[in-house]
This record gives sequence, structure tokens and C-alpha cells, in this order.
Amino acid sequence: MIENRPGLSFLAHLVLIAGVVIVALPVWVAFVASTRGATDFMSGTIPMWPGPHLIENYRTMLDTGLSTSGTPPVGLMMFNSLVMALSIAIGKIAISMLSAFAIVYFRFPFRGLAFWCIFITLMLPVEVRIVPSFQVVAGLGLLNSYAGLSLPLIASATATFLFRQVFMTIPDELTEAARIDGAGPMKFFRDILLPLSRTNMAALFVILFIYGWNQYLWPLLITTDAQYYTIVAGIKRMADVVDGLPQWHLVMATAILAMLPPVAVVIGMQRLFVKGLVETEK
Amino acid sequence: MKRTIFNNQLLPWLLLAPQLAITFIFFIWPAGQAIRQSFLREDAFGINSSFVGLRNFHGLLDSAQYLNSMKVTVIFAVSVTVVSMGVALLLAVAVDRMLRSSRVYTTLLVWPYAVAPAVAGILWWFIFNPTVGIMPYILDVIGYDWNHNRSKTDAMILVVIASAWKQISYNFLFFVAGLQAIPASLREAAAIDGAGPVRRFFDITFPLLSPTTFFLLVVNIVYAMFETFAVIDSTTGGGPAQATNIMVYKVYFDGFIGQNLGSSAAQSVILMMIVIALTVIQFRYVEKRVEY
Repeated sequence: MIENRPGLSFLAHLVLIAGVVIVALPVWVAFVASTRGATDFMSGTIPMWPGPHLIENYRTMLDTGLSTSGTPPVGLMMFNSLVMALSIAIGKIAISMLSAFAIVYFRFPFRGLAFWCIFITLMLPVEVRIVPSFQVVAGLGLLNSYAGLSLPLIASATATFLFRQVFMTIPDELTEAARIDGAGPMKFFRDILLPLSRTNMAALFVILFIYGWNQYLWPLLITTDAQYYTIVAGIKRMADVVDGLPQWHLVMATAILAMLPPVAVVIGMQRLFVKGLVETEK
Repeated sequence: MKRTIFNNQLLPWLLLAPQLAITFIFFIWPAGQAIRQSFLREDAFGINSSFVGLRNFHGLLDSAQYLNSMKVTVIFAVSVTVVSMGVALLLAVAVDRMLRSSRVYTTLLVWPYAVAPAVAGILWWFIFNPTVGIMPYILDVIGYDWNHNRSKTDAMILVVIASAWKQISYNFLFFVAGLQAIPASLREAAAIDGAGPVRRFFDITFPLLSPTTFFLLVVNIVYAMFETFAVIDSTTGGGPAQATNIMVYKVYFDGFIGQNLGSSAAQSVILMMIVIALTVIQFRYVEKRVEY
């Protein structure tokens, strides 16, 4: 703080409180709706305070789901999302570390070309190659499978770059010492690189878990079997009612459940999350 | 460059194999297919196809719907970027003044990052729902009849709010990091010279924040153009009357619902060129400022 201006500090607090309210408003409204009964929505406006149906609504959704929408119980969808998010996060970290290791610690023909092939994935988000990607996955027989949900999203140029940076900062003396001691490349990787990049892996894991959990378009396209629905893609199927109103209290309970795990991860691991975010993007 | 390396010719390829395999199968091959299909006219089942040259692209540029979709995309991307960066900068500047409470505020402000775009869409869709939503009720008091199912403007406002809301936390974190990187001595010197807080912000803080701002500008445009598919799909579905049919949504709609593969592929190719351009800009101008 440069000078003491109580007026400005007061204004700053006011701005921040307004910001927090705006940011929290939709979630509060959804939470209130999720504690109400179906009839509470008939009157026209939603009340602003929670009702008595909290446990009942959430138990219904987790156990049986909204059977009229053709979606499975939310518990199963959350499990599918968890499998997808974990596979993507772990898969991305594993293959990115291995390829960064290859690029930094070896000299081989076409090294530059390999690096460019990885770099190019930055420019090909799933949204711009939807139809052909779907055809490839269908051709491989991966529709309605956990492999189909996660494999096509596992390649990551940014994660490879991040590990490349991390490895570049590891002093050559360590490698030399390891070699003098007779360690082969894989032993060096396991005993030196892995432990030294532990916090980077954890930070990246937080970001990638959220990325995987929040996927929407891809699971929507490749899962037609309700057994493989993920919660983020499934919620839209619940809200889409052909005639009549959606069952708001149940849809909102699902929305709250869908955001709970990633939000908990961000709040619980804030330090790692910020580190991962700033490092991977820059 | 590493001085010490391992001498092995086969091992690096084994290490690269998983990454390269996935990149080829799921990225490069489909992208190649998109380019190939953009020159073909196929029936819905992909049985018959004929080479039509650039006709798919000509068709797009002649199509009022596609030009509309481009216009909608520009309006949408600019609005999302301006709203989310503006709010985030305001909040970041406010937090930067705080000594003790900044961590608490940061925690309270960052979590929307973790909310899926589809869920953000559903939440705002509910708040603005014309029959049960709370916002139409409030707007009705001031005499505004909100209905995003009928009004094109209302629909656009809805998708902009839902998309910008989710992005505020991201921009906020980068602005806070950017502000903290500015040496306090610069602002102190200006304060001694008698510059007030507003003057200091515009003459010193904001110019020094420009690398962060520029980086966020590119990231936000990419976000608004490519990652908001879920927001659109879970709220307006591109409607009413094409008012929120952004380019990414149209690729999906024409390809999967309309089964017009040639046109959808041509649209993919146009989008790919936009992503490449944005990525090049990002790397040319942003990466240069970051020291590795």
C-alpha cells in the first residue's frame, strides 16, 4: 500500500464484495432450488431461501436419477466422470513426461519434426475437427467406452512444453553424476526426474482433472449408451424436456453435484491450482 | 540445450510413441480428413462422394446463414472478452490494495473456473428462465419483458453473461499475478511526485500490465470462439432465429444434425485457420516477453 486512503480501501472492499455476490449468485439460486419440492415452482417465482427437501432430492438423484429423461442415476454418471477425468489427467501427465524426456535428453533424427507434431495439437481443438474425429473413434469401435471418452483427449502439447521447461532447469551435473554412477536413462528418469517434478505433476493434475471432468461435447457425441453418460453431458439431457417444464429442483441438484468435485479440488488445492494454471499457460 | 545426453537411438522413439500415436490417430488424421472432406460433396451416409473443388467454401461465403454466424461470433467473442476482462481487472485492482484479506477474496473469486461451461449455462438459463427465473421477475418490475426464447438480444445477453461469468476467475488470477509483478517502487515514486491513484493506474500500472492484457485478450478470444460450445448448447441451442449460432456450434449442427458433411468440413477448415492464426499471434508476441 502506497498511501493510506480509507475511502479507497472501503471502495475496494465494496467492489470485491459485489464481485463475490455476482460470482456466487447463480450457485446460491441453484442450491435453493435443489432444496425445494416440485410444487414450489408452480407459483411463478423461486424463493430465495432453502426449503426442507435437501436430503430427499439429493438422495433421489444419486440413487435413481431422473428416469423420465432416460439418464441413469447421478451416482453412476459421477463415477463415469471420475473415470474420465482421472484417465485424462494421469494419461496426459504420463505421455507428456515421457515425450518431454525424449526431447530433452536424447539427440535423434527427426527430433524437430516430432516436436512439431506435438506442437500442432495446440491448433486442433476437438471443436474444429468434430466430424472426422467422431468417424475415427467410431471406426476404431470406441463408441460407448471409457477408452473412447479419454484416449482422444489425452495428447497435450502444453503439458509436454511444461515438462520440457522443468527438465531444462535440472542441472547437467545431476545427469553427469547419475551417468558416472552407471544409471541408465530409465533409472535416471525414475530416480531423479520423477521426484524433482513432483509438484509440477500435482499442479498439472489439478488443472487436468478439472479439464477432464468438465468435458461436454465429446462425451455427448460418443456416448449413446446411458451406462457411459458423464454428469456434465447428462445434465443437459435432463433439462431437455420435450413437453412441459423441467423438474427444476432435481436438475439443479444435479448441477450442484456436477460442480462439487472440481470446485472442491480448486478450493482445496488453491496453491497448486494457481501454480499449475500460470505455469502451463505461460 | 543439455550438454549431457543419453546415447540411445531406439529409446527416444519408444518414449515418444504413445504421444505421437495419439496425435496421429486423433489429431492429424482427423484434421487431414476434414481438409479432404471440405473438397467433397458426400451424401449423408458417406457412400457417394464427388470432388467439388472449392465449391463448399464458395457456398459458405454465399450463405446468409454463414455470414450471420460469423457476425454473431464476432459480437459474442468481443462481448465476452470485454465483460470478463473488464470485471476481472476491476476485481484484481481492488484485491491488489488488500494486504490481509486478499487471500480470502481470491478464494471466494476463483472457484467458478472449476464450473463446467455446460453447468454455467444451465445455471444462468435457470436464473433467466421466463417462467420461473428470478431475473425476468426483477426485470419485469422495471418494465422489461425478458424472453430469450423469442428475443434475439435477450438470447445473446444470456450466452454472453454465462460465458463471461465463468471466465472472470481465470482473468482475475492472471491480472493479480501481473499486478504483483509490477515493482512497488515505480508506483511509490509516482505517488511521491503527487500522482493520484487514478493517474497512477492509467500512466503506470495499466501500461505495465499490457503483456498480461494482450495474453488474456488472445486466450479469451480463443475461449469465446471455441470453448463456449457447451454454453450455447445448454442454453439457446443457437436460437432464436440463428441469433446465437456461433461458428463452432454451426460446424456441429451442420455436420451432425444437418448431415451436410462437405459444408461442415469446410467450416472446420476455416476455424482451423483461425486457431492457427491466433496461436501464431500468441507465440510470436506473448512468448517473446516470457524469459525461460
